[in-house]
Amino acid sequence: MDRIDRAVNDLREMDELASGDSPVHHFSALAKLTVTVVYILTAVSFSPYDASGLLMMVFYPLMIFQITGIPFRTYLYKMRFVLPLVLFVGLFNPLFDRRVMLVLGGLKITGGMISMFTLMIKGMFCLSASFLLAATVRIDDLCAALRKIHMPDMIVTLLLLTYRYVSVLLDEASIMNEAYHLRAPGQKGIHVSAWGSFFGQLLLRSFDRAQELYESMRLRGYRGEFPYARAEKEKGRDFLYAAGWILFFVLCRYVNIPVLLGRLFVR
Amino acid sequence: MIEVKNVSYSYDSGNEVLHDISFTAGKGERIGLIGANGAGKSTLMKAMLGLIPFSGAIRLFGTEVRKDTLSEIRSRTGYVLQNSDHQMFMPKVYDDMMFAPRNYGLSEEETEQRIDRVLKQLNIEDLKYRYNHKISGGEKKMASIAVILVMEPELIIMDEPTASLDPRNRRKVINAVNSLDAGRIITSHDLDMIRETCDRVILLNEGRIEADGKAPEILSDKELLERCGLELPLSMQ
Repeated sequence: MDRIDRAVNDLREMDELASGDSPVHHFSALAKLTVTVVYILTAVSFSPYDASGLLMMVFYPLMIFQITGIPFRTYLYKMRFVLPLVLFVGLFNPLFDRRVMLVLGGLKITGGMISMFTLMIKGMFCLSASFLLAATVRIDDLCAALRKIHMPDMIVTLLLLTYRYVSVLLDEASIMNEAYHLRAPGQKGIHVSAWGSFFGQLLLRSFDRAQELYESMRLRGYRGEFPYARAEKEKGRDFLYAAGWILFFVLCRYVNIPVLLGRLFVR
Repeated sequence: MIEVKNVSYSYDSGNEVLHDISFTAGKGERIGLIGANGAGKSTLMKAMLGLIPFSGAIRLFGTEVRKDTLSEIRSRTGYVLQNSDHQMFMPKVYDDMMFAPRNYGLSEEETEQRIDRVLKQLNIEDLKYRYNHKISGGEKKMASIAVILVMEPELIIMDEPTASLDPRNRRKVINAVNSLDAGRIITSHDLDMIRETCDRVILLNEGRIEADGKAPEILSDKELLERCGLELPLSMQ
């Protein structure tokens, strides 16, 4: 399958994941958005040397992966371009911070090593939380939730229409790419000499298509504000869901649970 | 219900696409708008829906098509685009059917009832929760008709509804169109379909009305059709 087709499929697959039917999918978008934001803020706020405390935060993504049935490899696959960047972030820490913090079986663990590990883990956690939000909340519901917290309409509409426009652009690119390769057999990618006309045409075609889509929206009553689903009001279970997780995150942040558990066994 | 009076439209380059078009139509009339490529069919339909500026006057349901009346006119008119991919922009058929009612402030319960009724009428209940990108061209065309029917329009405008469809899906669309009570304007090069779905035909040629009359008369006039770049319907050849 071509790269562009894969990108289109990736995008559509996220829509399909978000329309799932697991218990997590049934909680309100606002509850899940709140949990995700608090999770990310909590994970980021951990000290660079508090690797053991941070590890407990893995419980949230693990639980959500488990309950929703979203395969972990789907996450790894979709994040394949971003994950290496996240892992790269703390790579130089061991060079700068060489204070020995711990000795494990004769192996000296420096502060740089720990902070590198912590940074990587933080990045992984934040990415997984964002992915899980996108995989359990449809973009329309997410936008509706953003409107509920009074995010300006223009920003939310921009977010939504950009998301929709990306698939229009990719669709057109896919059609043009197919047409190109049918007349350029055996050629890898698009030849440099055709880049100008290819991208120019792509822009014009996607403009045309976007124009038709826009007309179709206007004819069906669109007047600048997207008609988000009139989501039901948050129910008790949504508050419980959000409160439960937030409580857990706060607990993880202020109580080092692994150390506490360790003390039960080691005196 | 439709009153088109001296409507003209030119591109910025000065190229005139519609020239002094006038006609009227009563409630529930079934009109086929035919003509060769570039005759001005799509432009006329866009003008009727206020999508392009024009000179002259168009009144739909007694209301003049103006910027401040577009919302009312569009809520009573359904437009099926030629390319369903350009019409359906939401992930699922259901989401697309919800779009207009939500814009016009219909209650969710009322909309749900309408959706079920329309899907049943078109016999496509199975498409309700399907993804737009996972349904066939024929299914997508039926879904795009369902999308506009949910607003219970008084006038339905269709641009080439049977283009690119195989015979079975073409038949389904024709049956679906014939099951509708609302007035309709259909543009198409599929003259056999026009013959089956419309009582009256308006023939456009180079932006002018060349003929306006009963469908059987115009569609059997070989000389007239050929002069305007068309041919007799296949069933009459």
